[in-house]
Amino acid sequence: MAVEYSWPTKDKAQAIGKRVKRVDGMAKATGAAKYTYDVNLKNQLVAKGLGCPHAACTIKSIDLEPAKKVAGVVEVHPLKKAGDKIEFQGDLIVVVAAENEGAAAEGVKAVKIEFEQQEVFVKDSDLEAAKAAKRTSAGGGKAQLEKEPDAGENEDAFAKKEIERLLKESAHSVEGEYGIDAITHCCLEPHGSTVEWKDGKLTAYLSTQNVSQTAPGFATPLKIAASDVEVKCDYVGGGFGSKFAADYWAVAAAEISKKTGRPVKFMLDRDQELKIAGARPSGYIKVRLGADKDGMITVWDSEHWGTGGATGGAVAQTVVPYVYAPKNYRRNAVNIKTNNGASRAWRAPNHPQACAITQVALDDLAMKMGANSLDIFMKNLGTDDKPLVAGAKPSVYKAEMQRAAELIGWKDKWHSHGKGQAKGSVVDGLGMAIHTWGGGAGQSACKVRVHPNGDVETMCGTQDLGTGTRTVIALVLAETFGLPYESIRVNIGTSKYPASGASGGSTTVGGICESHRRAGQDAFAKIAELVAKKLEVDASKLEAANGRIQVSDNSSKSVSWKEACSLLGMTPLETDANYARGTKSNLSSSQVGGVQMAHVEVDKETGVVRMKKYVAVQDIGLVISPQQAESQINGAIIMGIAYALFEQRINDPATGAFVNADLANYKLCRLGDIGEFVVDFYEPESERKRGVIGLGEPPVIAPGAAISNAVANAIGVRVHPLPLTPQRVLAALKKAKA
Amino acid sequence: MANRTMNPPAGFSRRDLLRGSGAVAAAAAVSQEARTALAQEKGAKVASGQQTITLNVNGKDSQVKLEPRTTLLEALRYQLDLTGAKPVCTDGSSGAATVLVDGKPMQANTMLAMQAQGKKITTVEGLKDDAVPKAFVDCDAQQCGFCTPGFVVGVRAFLNGKPKASEEEIRKGLNGNLCRCGTYANVIKAAIQVVKGGA
Repeated sequence: MAVEYSWPTKDKAQAIGKRVKRVDGMAKATGAAKYTYDVNLKNQLVAKGLGCPHAACTIKSIDLEPAKKVAGVVEVHPLKKAGDKIEFQGDLIVVVAAENEGAAAEGVKAVKIEFEQQEVFVKDSDLEAAKAAKRTSAGGGKAQLEKEPDAGENEDAFAKKEIERLLKESAHSVEGEYGIDAITHCCLEPHGSTVEWKDGKLTAYLSTQNVSQTAPGFATPLKIAASDVEVKCDYVGGGFGSKFAADYWAVAAAEISKKTGRPVKFMLDRDQELKIAGARPSGYIKVRLGADKDGMITVWDSEHWGTGGATGGAVAQTVVPYVYAPKNYRRNAVNIKTNNGASRAWRAPNHPQACAITQVALDDLAMKMGANSLDIFMKNLGTDDKPLVAGAKPSVYKAEMQRAAELIGWKDKWHSHGKGQAKGSVVDGLGMAIHTWGGGAGQSACKVRVHPNGDVETMCGTQDLGTGTRTVIALVLAETFGLPYESIRVNIGTSKYPASGASGGSTTVGGICESHRRAGQDAFAKIAELVAKKLEVDASKLEAANGRIQVSDNSSKSVSWKEACSLLGMTPLETDANYARGTKSNLSSSQVGGVQMAHVEVDKETGVVRMKKYVAVQDIGLVISPQQAESQINGAIIMGIAYALFEQRINDPATGAFVNADLANYKLCRLGDIGEFVVDFYEPESERKRGVIGLGEPPVIAPGAAISNAVANAIGVRVHPLPLTPQRVLAALKKAKA
Repeated sequence: MANRTMNPPAGFSRRDLLRGSGAVAAAAAVSQEARTALAQEKGAKVASGQQTITLNVNGKDSQVKLEPRTTLLEALRYQLDLTGAKPVCTDGSSGAATVLVDGKPMQANTMLAMQAQGKKITTVEGLKDDAVPKAFVDCDAQQCGFCTPGFVVGVRAFLNGKPKASEEEIRKGLNGNLCRCGTYANVIKAAIQVVKGGA
């Protein structure tokens, strides 16, 4: 009998949707959880890398001999040679493996290198300077207009003419410049690995968000079969999109292990982590926006630019303007190549920057009109029949806006931009922004094993980035078998388990729910057949609840789970599932919407912005594990506060040096900076029935715009670019006064 | 940053120890003997080469062999396999390597192992039955968990000093630990739970 995969209704659910403790929480809170950095293998070497001190140079010569002579140094492994060009600071040149960290660091210092420095370019906010330095390339663009050009008329010329006409005819207009500086991933566990080469095979403990797909990244350069590589990662100390690949430094560690016959631990130093292991592209924009007398946007025209570092790249033009899609728009993107480490996918690639540089213009429209921002954001949604937004339905955003407004007290606290009652030099302000993300389930395979004594375990080649992967899997199987979630043994974190996709793009929870619900329901169906025979009932009438398998309308007719499993005989029951991404299913779907609102205080004398309250209302379909989902939103807001107020990569314009590549000067949010949070899931039956949708990305998108808008509402002046440092706030106030 | 503690001098300075390390000294202009004499004049002890010292960690004495330049963090992680305290920064600004030394919160990565001789060291592993880790789990004050051990020790130290801390004091007093995933909201809840529980 084919099993129909589905979730129980809200009133029937026993495990999913319940607030539970993280199953690996105690291991994490007591130091028992072993991260890659913590794996110490017998007789291991410790390696450190020599990062290039210059942002642009050619290596003239390398002398490794002095490093080899350092006491305790075992292997000196060059990654570059004389004549090689380097395009960003920190790029690794040599790896030194030694008996301990001290000796490795001393070996690194002993390497003698001569460089020839070249001119650098790091002024990514300055489009004209980038053009003059020949650092730009086309990033694409699009014009979408209600009117069609006449036959034979040049499309670009028509678009230009039409945009100018619409702007001229608009009742209200905004001309603005906005921006958001580049930030890094700054994982607290730096990138790296502890690797062991033994008998032609490699075991790689890798700090990764991708256990199932990184083996070839080692196998190919080491010229062994991918099946002879095992990638392991029980716990990973942050990834945020930067830990998908094996990375050349982990391959170097493997090569050193192969050569020396000893395990090697090679974790990047903190400055290297910031310089080379991932950054988010910057984004700067010039916008012209026109609206009718009611504040409905009639036309949008923008050019934006930014840098993904040495590989170029900028914020994708496809997400500008963000979520809001006016009837007429023209957009153009310019990529800039700078002497910085290459960008990597950063939580919701493109979206946070696009939101931060475009939904501020919408708020500036409200400021210019003297209107309530909430009204402007709401009316520009359009209707479900004629949506003017991407992603979720206008009715979803609207309902979320109403809920968020209620939770933050928008009606009572609202004042027009710059018209708030100051307490001394401090004024408060409200701001909001909206976001969307796909979040469809990723590929996931698993093997569920039910032992004849009733024990349940699962094997899945996925990982826990902090999402609560183990907890989610435990809840799904607990739901399916009617067991306590703590009793499910969840095994993840090795490439030898059934392959599952990387944890990126909010795909993990959807994927693991698909695979485990399927394998679980298949296992239950087999056990139910055995029980049905014993109880002489129809198997389709059986359900799992409270540790028993019972007849659904007659719970007195039942057997315990253990007794049911004993019917399996001697052999454990194993079921496999392999969900392919994109497969249509009752269990999961995609496309969410979220609304966030910020209440801030700005001290006009010091320029300091303080968070008072932050509200996030989020649709993610069916919420499996509300406590861990809420934590993920809390975290997203905090990351958002960091990039809105504190966090920026600062380059010295003359040398290109990344001058704040340490945690004392690369400013992140601290505990006292966050204010009060309210997180609310928008989960009416209309959304819950859509099934599971990923949450990792969406809530991190809106904070930049929401906080910027709150600051603008407080002081009546737009501050840009993000982060809104005290200096920038004061400069904007001074400029407005002048 | 009320609970960020600078490590006090402990009879000899880090600089003297670094100078005393044989390999580094070879490159220096001043001779080993001259520096040793100079240091001893100032009342400092000089250690050089491989040392065997005793560390009292979580109530247990352990002998460790290390070079004088070895940090307490390296000694804990590599020699005693106590990997709860994490190497996140080199200057103590992350708080991830927080341990208790004679009850005071210290950054194990900015302190030499030799400075910890004769002192009682408590790592997060020694707090496994404490109310703080339990509160972290109850309040889900963790995501990836890499900062969690340092935070747990930081909260323990803070509440030892202020067992009845108010929420406002908690928000002001726990700024020495960095978390990138953003668990602060629930760390605040966890600290409040410990205060209310009287632990």
